[in-house]
Amino acid sequence: MTLADDVRAGSRRAVREALNLVESERAADLAAAAELVDALAGSPREGARIVGLTGPPGVGKSTLAGALVRAWRGDGLTVGVVAVDPSSRRSGGAFLGDRARIDRPPGDDGVFVRSMAARDRLGGLAPGAFAGALVLRAAYDRVLVETVGVGQSETDVATVADATAVVVQPASGDVLQFIKAGLMELDGVLVVNKADLGAIARRSLRDLRVALGLLGRPEVPLVLASAHTGDGVDALARALDAARPGRPGPRAPAPRAARRARGRPRDRAPRHARHRRPRRARRRPRARHRAPRRRRP
Amino acid sequence: MTSRDKPDRPWLIRTYSGHSSAAASNALYRENLARGQTGLSVAFDLPTQTGYDADAPEALGEVGKVGVPIGALPDMETLFDGIPLSRMNTSMTINATAPWLLALYVAAAERQGADRRDLLGTTQNDLVKEFLSRGTYMLPPEASLRLQTDVIAFTVRELPKWNPVNVCSYHLQEAGATPVLEVSYALANALTLLDAVRAREDVDAALFPEVAGRISFFVNAGIRFVTEMVKLRVMGDLWDELLQDRYGVADPRLRRFRYGVQVNSLGLTEQQPENNVYRIALEMLGVVLSKRARARAVQLPAWNEALGLPRPWDQQWSLRLQQIMAFETDLLEHDDLFDGSSAVTALEEELAADVRREMAWIEAEGGVIAAVASGAMKERLVVANAERLARIERGEQKVVGVNCFEESAPSPLAGGDGGGADQILVVDAGAGAEQIARLEAHRVQRNKNDVAAALQALRDAAKSGASVMEPSIRAAHAGVTTGEWGAVMREVFGEYRAPTGLGAVVTTPDGSAPGGLEAARAAVRRASDALGRRLKLLVGKPGLDGHSNGAEQIAVRARDAGMEVVYEGIRLTPAQIALAAEEEGVHVVGLSILSGSHLELVPAVLAALRARDLADVPLVVGGIIPEADRPALLALGVARVFTPSDFDLNAIMTAIAEVAAASAAAA
Ligand code: B12
Ligand SMILES: Nc1nc2c(ncn2[C@@H]2O[C@H](COP(=O)(O)OP(=O)(O)O)[C@@H](O)[C@H]2O)c(=O)[nH]1
Ligand SMILES: [Mg+2]
Repeated sequence: MTLADDVRAGSRRAVREALNLVESERAADLAAAAELVDALAGSPREGARIVGLTGPPGVGKSTLAGALVRAWRGDGLTVGVVAVDPSSRRSGGAFLGDRARIDRPPGDDGVFVRSMAARDRLGGLAPGAFAGALVLRAAYDRVLVETVGVGQSETDVATVADATAVVVQPASGDVLQFIKAGLMELDGVLVVNKADLGAIARRSLRDLRVALGLLGRPEVPLVLASAHTGDGVDALARALDAARPGRPGPRAPAPRAARRARGRPRDRAPRHARHRRPRRARRRPRARHRAPRRRRP
Repeated sequence: MTSRDKPDRPWLIRTYSGHSSAAASNALYRENLARGQTGLSVAFDLPTQTGYDADAPEALGEVGKVGVPIGALPDMETLFDGIPLSRMNTSMTINATAPWLLALYVAAAERQGADRRDLLGTTQNDLVKEFLSRGTYMLPPEASLRLQTDVIAFTVRELPKWNPVNVCSYHLQEAGATPVLEVSYALANALTLLDAVRAREDVDAALFPEVAGRISFFVNAGIRFVTEMVKLRVMGDLWDELLQDRYGVADPRLRRFRYGVQVNSLGLTEQQPENNVYRIALEMLGVVLSKRARARAVQLPAWNEALGLPRPWDQQWSLRLQQIMAFETDLLEHDDLFDGSSAVTALEEELAADVRREMAWIEAEGGVIAAVASGAMKERLVVANAERLARIERGEQKVVGVNCFEESAPSPLAGGDGGGADQILVVDAGAGAEQIARLEAHRVQRNKNDVAAALQALRDAAKSGASVMEPSIRAAHAGVTTGEWGAVMREVFGEYRAPTGLGAVVTTPDGSAPGGLEAARAAVRRASDALGRRLKLLVGKPGLDGHSNGAEQIAVRARDAGMEVVYEGIRLTPAQIALAAEEEGVHVVGLSILSGSHLELVPAVLAALRARDLADVPLVVGGIIPEADRPALLALGVARVFTPSDFDLNAIMTAIAEVAAASAAAA
């Protein structure tokens, strides 16, 4: 059995080694990583989906990831998670703490959480995140990719995800910013988290609905949720599962996926962005493209 | 300054103690009382503090270690056997399970025939500092606040002499807080609590000033004793002002700032531990010198604080210090020595202004509960601690025996083998098993129906918002266990994991020497090259140990040395640590253990790693590891052991990088 076969068979050891491999920067590993990702990208687990989770820092993405994991586990689905945290510019090191928010019953091996540092991709996705998501998709029913939430990461994640949840903070101005930033073009679901804050969360939801109407995008699913109480999380899980039904997995063909697994992280996002944006623009002429604002310079 | 004929009464002289079993601790208390100690201060073991039974998987290695295990009412009765509770003043360091331990205390007193109204003592019952520093929380912040006020409302009605809360600043300083952070956080915490009490319907508004008057504090006093004395004078003034302005408490006696103290232990050293005796004496001056701001109760650590648990003789040595201070010196014969000093007044004004600013910041963060849940307050503590450690590494903050005057003649106190088990208390290895046996026997002999009914009543009260106190007392009489009580609370309110405080703003201050961060970074780069990707370290805290300082600072420095660091916070099971090591693909697992349970927990983590096919991932261990135990850990396969003597964090980083590089070479 090859490593790819073992990953498909759901071996946790194989998944660990495959993720280590696609994160490796050793010259000798690059070819093997490319081959592995090519093999796995072409054979997702039946019905598996990659879901992006994006939004500014502190909005509750990791907590929501935990809630979604619970919801999907409740449906009997297995879940892989790639959680990306920023790297320190000074040292290149990173704190990877998101996994603490994803708690699960002791002994539950139906979940696999890998944290990745964004490395030199300031604000973007981690170099191994694309490839990591493709690895996990071969072994798990749902794959969540949580972004850092600044810079390029929103559009980055859309290049690999079947659906993306854009999470906004009630009464923060995020709502307008996100619309302006062109995030409406993502194939996704808009989530107002922290519904437990009450009136301000509900008002943000109303504002968003009005704004979507004005932008001519009333069909974008809108969910009010609380990662803390769990309210709305099932609805979110269902909306994510339903988003753009029938769409094949990541449209990136296998060779491109392989290229992703290789080095040169700096070039990567712009290339994807270039590739993707014209297609989107053609499909939705009204949408405008602007770089998402940087929350914390 | 006038000298008077009759000296003031001294503070309450206490020793914080308890270990192994209720019977052993009872013997210790009786001895201490016979030696002239005037009150009891009970240390509970970690399972009791976090609501687990002795045989729960979470309790592995912790039963009877750092305090006395209290599993059910018979243990509480044994603990106070022959000690009349109607006349004793008992301080209990208990927080998440405070409603339960108070319920057991009341039930034990009732069985002694005591009147509830005579009970005198203190439950610490401060959860905010548990989230920020001490780590024995169970439930989310809001639910914790509610249970805290259940205790207050109950004692106001039933135990009028009881101090229901001890708002703690002590633990904040132990987690690195500066005086400004210590005072502002504690005062903001106290106000949050009083606001919550005021909002309760079952607390008579007319009684509110009495409630405010029952709030006492538990503070710290560090080696900079002039600053500390000023701090306590300021705290007293601000408390008086806040109670008057915010709550309109008219009676000045009810606005008095009443506090107990444990002096600073964070600064007590493993190197030349005999010097700690001087440090303790100087630290005590800060809380007794100024009559206007004198402590009501004092407990002192022992000379061997950084080595392990104190033996009775070690505690006696510290007790004698208090007695010499109170009875040999002329301290208690004078009025306040500092009122009217312009130097002291200037320091007071500066500190008070800073404290007000800091309290306004907490307000702007949404108040204490929000700033605890978001990690904002914790983050500031971690930053302050990182700065403190960097000052010591740079030699800017002098610590005798650590970064200056390090040479020493051989010490007769070092023990026969040059620093081993004969310097500290070694808890009887059988204590855990004996406690489990007692618990099992207890479970069999109680009435099952009574237990089930009592638990149901407790659950109903917790769910409905009614006070849990009377149902808890009934549960105590019915024979409910600590773990059963905790399980009901967890079921109703949910388990909580507090933020770690590690975020982008925490960085290693520039120029941390010796060794240099650059050298560590180079070692990390070399290791990363050998490994093929950036060195990834898992910092794990197994067991119920809440000592997070070391793990946090190791994580901060590791990140700044260029490692990718996975840290999920305190209180993980060995299985959770192995799971994280597997999923994260880490190169090194580093455990931090200060609870004394390393000989149980390290093998358990190694077994859990093996079970996940990770036998080849190197393990390093840090914390309070007695020299005598080092060989045992190395023999188990631990790659390196670090203790407080390894204060050069950059050198630790280099060592971890070398361990990782060696494992890459071996693979
Ligand atoms: C500060 C402190 C506290 C603080 C902790 C604050 C916090 N958030 O960390 C507070 C006040 C809350 C506290 C509480 C308690 N404490 Co305390 N505490 C200490 C004290 C004074 C210092 C520890 C410390 O923070 N040092 C500073 C840090 C940076 O050093 P460090 O952790 O040792 O780490 C260094 C090395 O060990 C190593 N290292 C550590 N971890 C790791 C991990 C890795 C991966 C690596 C590479 C290296 C490494 O590197 C660090 C750099 O030098 C020690 C005594 C002492 N002086 O050491 C007692 C001590 C640890 N506490 C003790 C006890 C008993 C308690 C309590 C259990 C008491 C009780 N019964 O309630 C409580 C409960 C705590 C709990 N929930 O577990 C005992 C433990 C006894 C034992 N092991 O047998 C000690 C030894 C005191 C004593 N002599 O009795 N404590
Ligand atoms: N009130 C409330 N707070 C939440 C909710 N979800 C997350 N939070 C809090 O928001 C903060 C940031 O959460 P986190 O998941 O780390 O956000 P991320 O940075 O987007 O991943 C934490 O303090 C969470 O406890 C929610 O549904 N309600
Ligand atoms: Mg996050």
